[in-house]
Amino acid sequence: MARRGIRRWATAGVLAVAALVLVAATVLATGLLRPSRMVEIDIHYSHYSPAEVRVPLGVPVTFVIRNDDPIDHEWIVGDAAVQAFHRTSADVLHTGDPTAVSVPALSTVSTTVTFTSAGRLAYICHLPGHEAYGMVGWVTIAP
Amino acid sequence: MPRRLRLAIPSAFLAMLVAAAPALACGGLIGPNGAVNLLRTTTFVGYEQGIEHYVTAFKFEGGGGAFGSLTPLPGIPSSVEKGGDWTLQRLIRETEPPRRESLFALGAAAAAPDSAQVIMQVKIDALDITVLKGGADQVGTWARDHGFRLPPDAPEVLDFYAKRSPIFLAAAFDADAAKARGQAIGDGTSVHVTIPTPNPWVPLRILSLGKHAADSVQADVYLLTDRKPAILPAADGGDGLFLGYDQAASDSLLTDLRSDRGMEWIPTSAWLTKVTIDTTAIALSFDLAIDASGQGAPSRVQAGLERPPVTSPATAAALAFLFALLGLGALVSLRGAFGSTSRPTAAGA
Repeated sequence: MARRGIRRWATAGVLAVAALVLVAATVLATGLLRPSRMVEIDIHYSHYSPAEVRVPLGVPVTFVIRNDDPIDHEWIVGDAAVQAFHRTSADVLHTGDPTAVSVPALSTVSTTVTFTSAGRLAYICHLPGHEAYGMVGWVTIAP
Repeated sequence: MPRRLRLAIPSAFLAMLVAAAPALACGGLIGPNGAVNLLRTTTFVGYEQGIEHYVTAFKFEGGGGAFGSLTPLPGIPSSVEKGGDWTLQRLIRETEPPRRESLFALGAAAAAPDSAQVIMQVKIDALDITVLKGGADQVGTWARDHGFRLPPDAPEVLDFYAKRSPIFLAAAFDADAAKARGQAIGDGTSVHVTIPTPNPWVPLRILSLGKHAADSVQADVYLLTDRKPAILPAADGGDGLFLGYDQAASDSLLTDLRSDRGMEWIPTSAWLTKVTIDTTAIALSFDLAIDASGQGAPSRVQAGLERPPVTSPATAAALAFLFALLGLGALVSLRGAFGSTSRPTAAGA
């Protein structure tokens, strides 16, 4: 009688541990596969690092952009038309638009963007000479 | 209008020259519209008894606005003063007498979150010159706060220099002030920087500041040393460096140079070397290291070909701790040694 009880408790324990492992594995796996909702981007020597990021579609993504350089930079994400506009725009100080932010020298800024369509967009600094110098990165929006 | 054309005041330029004829105007700068003028630069570096004399010139080309330059220096200057009137022109005439005899002038010059240290401030004609000490972040911040618009390659270039010598000469040239002073177009302001240093070096990489990778960089560097110098990289054409003149300076040249303003230090005998730089901005990743000691071993670190040895604060602290431990150990040993001989024993008591 007592032996049967012990066996029952042991079985229940093993099942509980297995369930926990299964849940943890599932969470871990989906977490790894799911694109990040917070992305850190460093700017050093007028280059973005990383220059390729992957984010989810339809959910807010916070970009934390740290400028290690003693000069100002900017981070503008968008399609070719957006980039073409900013390339010729006179605006040098960006406020109010989460997809176009100024990143002052030696500072960190954050902006939250919700992407509404899947695809691949560029993020570029359009201060004079910066794009030509290689200040270009890419964000892939995954469904 | 494209933004790059709207942004006002220029950035940093590194070196400017003075030339009489517009076709030979020299200098490299980023103009008010952000465009880079691809001009030739000329620099004179004299080295005598442990003192580097660096002569450069800034040319008033008309127009308005302000221009700035940043020039890395191998050490803290003992003086920054108005340079001679025609030293650079005389050097050009000496090394290229047949073809350029009619030219009259080429000027010269190469070009942490807390603030840079201001070591010296001098005003020479329409130039406001500041000697700074600090890392790339500090000097870059100072430059930005003082109206310099640094190009995108400035952080890396400033870091390249600050790791070897955290001394920079910032020159702000106010064209409006020059005009108000009555300076005519073509008038140049020569600057003579005197720098005590064990071995001279000439900043070359700074000449590529603000230029595109494929842009041309052309410059002439005149060296006057006690004896034939060894230089690195070698001026054999391989790195875009060419030897244009390499022989004992003539008595007439030395006499003429000595008679210019501030040039009394010119010795009675010296070796004159002319190094011509003709390369692209992307290829110019080095400086010109000079060994004027006669040992023939110019420094790879001064040439920018190797990073200087790094002694981090943590390393220094660890070494200090180690030495402290060794010292303490020595004291304990001494105390033990003396104690064992002088302390009375209680065994016989």
